[in-house]
Amino acid sequence: MATQGAILSIAGLSVSYGTVHAVRQLDMEISEGETVVLLGANGAGKSSTLNAIVGLAPRSGGRLVFAGEDITRKPTEAIIRSGLALVPEGRRLFSNMTVRENLRLGAAALSTAEFDRERQALEDMFPITRRRAHEQAGLLSGGEQQQVAIARALLARPKLLLLDEPSLGLAPIIVNTIFEIIAELKRRKVTILLVEQNAERALSIADRAYVLAQGRLELSGAAGSINATTLEKAYLGEREHA
Amino acid sequence: MQLAFQQFINALSLGSIYALVALGVAILFSILRLANFAHGELMTTAGFTLYMTLASGWNWVLAVIAAIAASVVAALILERVAYRRLRNAQPLTLLMTSFAVSVALQSIFLLTFGARPKGIELPAFVDASFRIGGMRVQWLDIAIILITAAIVFGLTLFLRKTVIGLALRSAADDFQTTRLMGVKANALFVGAFVLSGMLAGIAALFYFATVPNVVPSSGFEPMLKGFIACVIGGLGSLPAAIVGGFLLAFLEVGSDALLSDNFSPYLDAIVFLIAIVILRWRPGGIFGVRLTAEQRV
Repeated sequence: MATQGAILSIAGLSVSYGTVHAVRQLDMEISEGETVVLLGANGAGKSSTLNAIVGLAPRSGGRLVFAGEDITRKPTEAIIRSGLALVPEGRRLFSNMTVRENLRLGAAALSTAEFDRERQALEDMFPITRRRAHEQAGLLSGGEQQQVAIARALLARPKLLLLDEPSLGLAPIIVNTIFEIIAELKRRKVTILLVEQNAERALSIADRAYVLAQGRLELSGAAGSINATTLEKAYLGEREHA
Repeated sequence: MQLAFQQFINALSLGSIYALVALGVAILFSILRLANFAHGELMTTAGFTLYMTLASGWNWVLAVIAAIAASVVAALILERVAYRRLRNAQPLTLLMTSFAVSVALQSIFLLTFGARPKGIELPAFVDASFRIGGMRVQWLDIAIILITAAIVFGLTLFLRKTVIGLALRSAADDFQTTRLMGVKANALFVGAFVLSGMLAGIAALFYFATVPNVVPSSGFEPMLKGFIACVIGGLGSLPAAIVGGFLLAFLEVGSDALLSDNFSPYLDAIVFLIAIVILRWRPGGIFGVRLTAEQRV
């Protein structure tokens, strides 16, 4: 089933919350080094898909293979330890803990020496993690928190980084910074699955895109092949595969 | 003046015991939202272990280690047998289970040891005292205060400097995101129960050093005081539990000192009344911890 080189293969994934079907029969693949964007209107099932990948959302069907390993029935912590990292919607930093403590938890499986090495390697890209290391994470601005959240996810050197709405609720100028960081990660060959409301910005950075509507895959293809018209049709549920 | 100083030492010593019990209760509550009413039975387990080992002629150091170990093992058994399957249960289910576990353990103690008090043969140094000016101060009180301070300091370091300590703190804040850090849920629960059991064991040592006999229901009163300390301070927060413990002890010792002997049978009622007034003023406890649905496990 899995294509050669695919780091993550999703086959027939369904997510249900009681009688509500958030995701239906989703097939998706991400290859190593790719930046893939998952688009869709509010409630289309994007976040449910990400949460299902890491085992936080109730999967009612389907199979997930990550780095050649079936992770369908694994608990969240085992999936994370196998090399996945999720930056959740709303950042979800531990607000009462310092920035450094948040980062340390991102590298929970690493020794202190390994953590220090990884942390220092990331400081150039995320100067905030050095400058405000000992401040409470809850006191940082939204944009700063998002940077810490991304740095926290990168510390364990994930094979695949899942980003859930990283620009949500941020001022336009801060959104630019976040997209610059994603572009830099792409240059560094980090494999990324990005969920975004800001379709235009996301498509400009991605290699490929998937579009969901009401939990179903409506459109998929190279990011460049998707324009405003096809996107609008897909959001309205008019199926098409580019 | 002398009396006031003596009462101050008494309150600090009693507050230390309450604070240790409250910490043990608060650790489980903050992470699991489990109000573990069987915490008192963990203390009773340590009490009976102390009784048995000292009666069998064990060296007191070994008896102390055995008592703490017994409490930790009992906590781990509770986690595995009673609570692990209820991880995603409603708080009410957890509450009822903890009552059931408490009653079951008391019944086991009753069947094993009977209802009559078992006197614990404490070593003679427990009663040793020294004088400052005209005052007599028990070494035991000083030891309780200093050891509790050391435990609180050690616990603070553990929670700030180790990964499992950080994870315990973050799990109390947001359990799901803690799992997203790759932290094993089982390790967190086991860690929380080990800490809670250890604190119950140490608190029990101090408690039974001041009340040297043990019955199956011995743990109930200190457990209840620990819970009240937690609620006064702010349920779910560890520093609040410590403050609540000391506040409760100062209320208790203060009321006892200020009121005439006629009131002494009503001491607990008076203290609880003051606690109710505090909670009327600040329903979330002094530190006003708010528990939102998101914070729950």
